[in-house]
Amino acid sequence: METMRERFAATAGELLDSDPRLAVVLADIGVDGFAGAAARHPDRVVNVGIREQLMIGVAGGLALTGLRPVVHTFAAFLVERPWEQVKLDLVHQGVGAVLVSAGGSYDWPAGGRTHMSPGDVALLDTLPGWTVHVPGHPDEAETLLRHAAADGDGLVYLRLSAHRNEHPVDVRPGRFTVVREGRRGVVLAVGPMLDAVLAATETLDVTVLYAATVRPFDAEGLRAATGERADVVLVEPYLAGTSVLAAHEALADRPHRVLALGVPKAEHRQYGSIPEHLAAYGLDGSGLHTRIAGFLR
Amino acid sequence: MTTETPSRYGFADLPGLMGLMTGDEKHGPAATSTLDALWVLHDRVLRVSPATADAQDRDRFLLSKGHGPMAYYAVLAAKGFLAAEVLPSFGSYDSPLGHHPDRLLVPGVEIASGSLGHGLPLAVGTALGLRAQGLTDPAVWVLIGDAEFDEGSNHEALAFAGAAGLDRLHAVVIDNSSATHGWSGGIARRFEVEGWSTETVDGRDHEALYRAFTAPHPGRPHAVVARVEPKNS
Repeated sequence: METMRERFAATAGELLDSDPRLAVVLADIGVDGFAGAAARHPDRVVNVGIREQLMIGVAGGLALTGLRPVVHTFAAFLVERPWEQVKLDLVHQGVGAVLVSAGGSYDWPAGGRTHMSPGDVALLDTLPGWTVHVPGHPDEAETLLRHAAADGDGLVYLRLSAHRNEHPVDVRPGRFTVVREGRRGVVLAVGPMLDAVLAATETLDVTVLYAATVRPFDAEGLRAATGERADVVLVEPYLAGTSVLAAHEALADRPHRVLALGVPKAEHRQYGSIPEHLAAYGLDGSGLHTRIAGFLR
Repeated sequence: MTTETPSRYGFADLPGLMGLMTGDEKHGPAATSTLDALWVLHDRVLRVSPATADAQDRDRFLLSKGHGPMAYYAVLAAKGFLAAEVLPSFGSYDSPLGHHPDRLLVPGVEIASGSLGHGLPLAVGTALGLRAQGLTDPAVWVLIGDAEFDEGSNHEALAFAGAAGLDRLHAVVIDNSSATHGWSGGIARRFEVEGWSTETVDGRDHEALYRAFTAPHPGRPHAVVARVEPKNS
């Protein structure tokens, strides 16, 4: 089955052909996917070697000359390791970039903690101006990448994962999509969590919203879906509670309750597989059903 | 704030301009250590002026060592990028002149700096970006300090720049012996082994600085180590 990362490399390579403003920056990870593009555009596909601080600094420098950098590696090395570069070489310089991560929170459980980055979106929340896309399917990843590449000089984070839904949603960047309607509360499924949320809520009378873009947070979409009963469950594939503040702000003028589900902060010194980790975090269908049904009783 | 009239200031005026700025005396040594190198660059080497501060084919000067920017602001004022009347506002709430410079507030300032180790990587990206757009003429200059050179991010950048043969990239290292553990064999050695062209000169000697800044370095990036009196001397 095609992964989001494969689609990303193919689409970015195509965009390099058509948009002379685009440049790709890599740090040895994902280089094979760009071999053809690098041969066609040697000056706009830059592999800096295993140097993640430089990778972000280079992106900042490229942007200062007017190019639109697309930067790709695992989330832990893209956001966390060069964190001060993200803050200073992009945001503080007043320039934009498209950061495209892979690996996310639990994509390679056998790899352990060093390759897990459940805090990436929460970290970006400490800085102004970021658009954060969390696609749940390669088709959505392509749509959102094309949007990000053309998004002026904006700061965009595109979070790709090996965890995906069976079918794509026809996403509109920045808008939540109503997938199912009900009366006893709203469950917001972010990116790859949609299939499990649909399974978990099959027997519940709830509205299911889908978010492939979480920043800016579609406050209007959430408000429209909550109606009279503002009971909201957030189901996110990264740190639990990441979007709680955004949900509270969206519903600040009405009584509401929020249950935040996601990856726990505790270190999981367990290896294994993605399904095993989702079950351990209570993010599989049955775990979600128990917690959502309990909250919305 | 910018002016297109020719500068009426020379090197002898810089101490007076710097004297207009108060409040960051602890960075005095850091400021004066860069004074001669900044002047020679802006007076005789860089092809950029207030009129071309936004031109795509201008030379770029990135002050990575953002601490103690008094000499930098004084040179920018002398060259007409900002009005000398602004200098006394240094560090005040509404001033464009902070104790670390901000590119969004001062014309001619290419990067916002202060945290060490960001300028050289940004300069590498700038050189790559210009080359990718076919702009092979503009030079990219970055100024760092010898203690700033401790930062690992600089070593990521200099190794890559040497391997990539970024011959429009230039680094000026102000060496006032302020690095805690020093650099055995001298800083230039670190650049040399990564394929850079290097010169080490007296950082107070304007002719020596000029010759080092303008030395040919085909196919290689170029580093000039400007040695000045030790920080605490």
